[in-house]
Amino acid sequence: MSVDVQQLEGRKAMMGLIRRDLKLAFRTPGQSLNPVVFYLMVASLFPLGIAPERETLSQLAGGIVWIGALLAVLLSLDSLFKGDNDDGSLDQLLLSPHPLPLLVLGKVIAHWLTTGVALIVMAPVLALMLHLPERAFPALMASLLLGTPLMSLAGGIGAALTVRVQRSGVLITLLSLPLYIPVLIFGTGAVQSAVDGMGYAGHLLWLGAFLVMGLCLAPIAIAAALRIVVDG
Amino acid sequence: MLEVVQLRCERDDRVLFSELSMKLSLGELLQIEGANGSGKTTLLRILAGLSGDFQGNIFWKEKKLSSMYADFRLSTFYFGHKPAVKAELTPVENIRWRASLRNESPSEDRIFSALEQVNLAGFEEVACGHLSAGQHRRVALADLSISVSPLWILDEPFTAIDVHGVAWLETVLAKHVKEGGMVIITSHQSLSDISGTVRKVKLDDFAGGFLEDEFDDEMDSGAFL
Amino acid sequence: MIWYADIRKTMNWTFFHKLGSPKWFYEISGKWLPWLAILAALMMVTGLTWGLLFTPPDYLQGNSYRIIFLHVPTAFLASAIYVSMAIAGAVTLIWRIKLADMALKSMAPIGTSFCFLALITGAIWGKPTWGTWWVWDARLTSMLILLFLYFGVIALRGAIRSANTQARACAILTLVGVVNIPIIKFSVQWWNTLHQGSTLKLTEKPSMAPEMLWPLLISIAAFYLFFTVALIIRMRTEILDRERRTKWVRNAVEAGARS
Repeated sequence: MSVDVQQLEGRKAMMGLIRRDLKLAFRTPGQSLNPVVFYLMVASLFPLGIAPERETLSQLAGGIVWIGALLAVLLSLDSLFKGDNDDGSLDQLLLSPHPLPLLVLGKVIAHWLTTGVALIVMAPVLALMLHLPERAFPALMASLLLGTPLMSLAGGIGAALTVRVQRSGVLITLLSLPLYIPVLIFGTGAVQSAVDGMGYAGHLLWLGAFLVMGLCLAPIAIAAALRIVVDG
Repeated sequence: MLEVVQLRCERDDRVLFSELSMKLSLGELLQIEGANGSGKTTLLRILAGLSGDFQGNIFWKEKKLSSMYADFRLSTFYFGHKPAVKAELTPVENIRWRASLRNESPSEDRIFSALEQVNLAGFEEVACGHLSAGQHRRVALADLSISVSPLWILDEPFTAIDVHGVAWLETVLAKHVKEGGMVIITSHQSLSDISGTVRKVKLDDFAGGFLEDEFDDEMDSGAFL
Repeated sequence: MIWYADIRKTMNWTFFHKLGSPKWFYEISGKWLPWLAILAALMMVTGLTWGLLFTPPDYLQGNSYRIIFLHVPTAFLASAIYVSMAIAGAVTLIWRIKLADMALKSMAPIGTSFCFLALITGAIWGKPTWGTWWVWDARLTSMLILLFLYFGVIALRGAIRSANTQARACAILTLVGVVNIPIIKFSVQWWNTLHQGSTLKLTEKPSMAPEMLWPLLISIAAFYLFFTVALIIRMRTEILDRERRTKWVRNAVEAGARS
């Protein structure tokens, strides 16, 4: 390798990419808010569909808030790489001298900042509407804080594999859901433990372990998937 | 610098080209000609490293391209069919992110003067969504004129550009070649005015037929994808 | 991913070349296939008749336990096939051997069927044992998620046009899936355990009576053989389709049409 390669400023490029995607999101607020609105609507379907009673809802609240967040993330995944593919930016990304996993990580972080964070902010409001017992709020917030970035990372793999597929919404869901199941189990598990007045640190630690694993492996898988799919 | 040896590419049961060998050295411009569907874009995507679906070898600085990707990408500017310009961002912001992906950080003045050259003065702070398709391509071309990459791979850069733009782009190409840069270009434009070495590769000369008739009795198509 | 092409070129051993050649595989598998098929049929008949008709009834579950002679082999295979697909996927990515991708593609529907059968037989067993068709217990749930993983691989292949891209995209997906399987198993177990403990363990002495164990082992072997036969048949069809342009395939097809 030549000397120039050592002067690569990969982190700067990644930060630039995050800033760019945040700008894109803020300049099309309608689109960025869609997952949040969807989240609110899905969560309000449950009382309508099951029962409005306080006792029933407070038992189900943790699960509803989590499933709503999961569906909202799934809905937003479609746009993760599609926009870049449609206007040719994806080619520029793949041709960058910087390590592709690093750039891809930047894309995923930007995705989490625009959807995951919004969902976390909405979550206590929904939890209040669904009568989640107050003692479970910290568990809900902590589990979402660890779980939503993990969902952005794991979902990125499905989004990358389907970036050249038209009408890929259902396919992304099909590819990503199995990866989301452990996250859902430990996320709702933490909330349920807290509702029952038990410790939930174990659940959070496992989520944390998965998040570390996702941070290490997912960008590599996403980068490989993008190179393969764009090749064809 | 860039050498292609016995390149062969198949797509959908058709041989786009085979036994394609060529060499590109500093200060040379290589124009790739061919009918529609002859595989010009495919060839450019292979040369840029976007596609690995080919047989043959590509060398960069006398070494296998696959061992030199980081250096190669640092030295390459690729201009594809789609201009890679975000509609939500201004021309200046677009050039910024494109440059940072190439590990460059051009100054404000440099960007503004480049935009002025492509007739986008006054549009620097307007979101590209309000600009036309031709102006999108001009933003990407302004970025091209800023870039310090020695190797330019340009796929139909003259498309949707007016007469002034064409003249300007020709001078940019001429200057780049004169300063020792390299250009690989697909275009129907005659590039005769450019001083320096202009070479042409007629892709149709390397075209193969449908694969039906390709394999003789002994041969199977090999074990590998 | 493109640098894998380079590894492939430096490791261009004739052994791989021969082993990975579709033509060679087609010829050799054609010779094995009848024998494998006969062996599979014999063992299937032995294992299942022994198990279903001649073993004594279980002292707790009566005759309903006999479904294990179908349930256990299908469940075994459902997981084993996914792991084999991941291995084939890794081979596809690293050495780009066509045959590995053909195997991956051919295994997916077989694995899906076994997974489906394992779920169905599990449900049928559940009715007399737990009094209900479906229980959200750990092993049934992981099997259901495995079914989703299979669906994903099949759907992804269907959505991509170029065979080359199909191959490597599905390889990535199965590898991601196989990393995920232990995590899913572990999470689902953490979440709920109702199922009886594993009947067969490799490390411990089996807790089963030998007169039940033997027919079970035979049926497991028979199902593995059946899987091999089904896989070879599918792969041979796949080879004929993908290599249709080569002369040897045309000759083989013409010879087949004449006879």
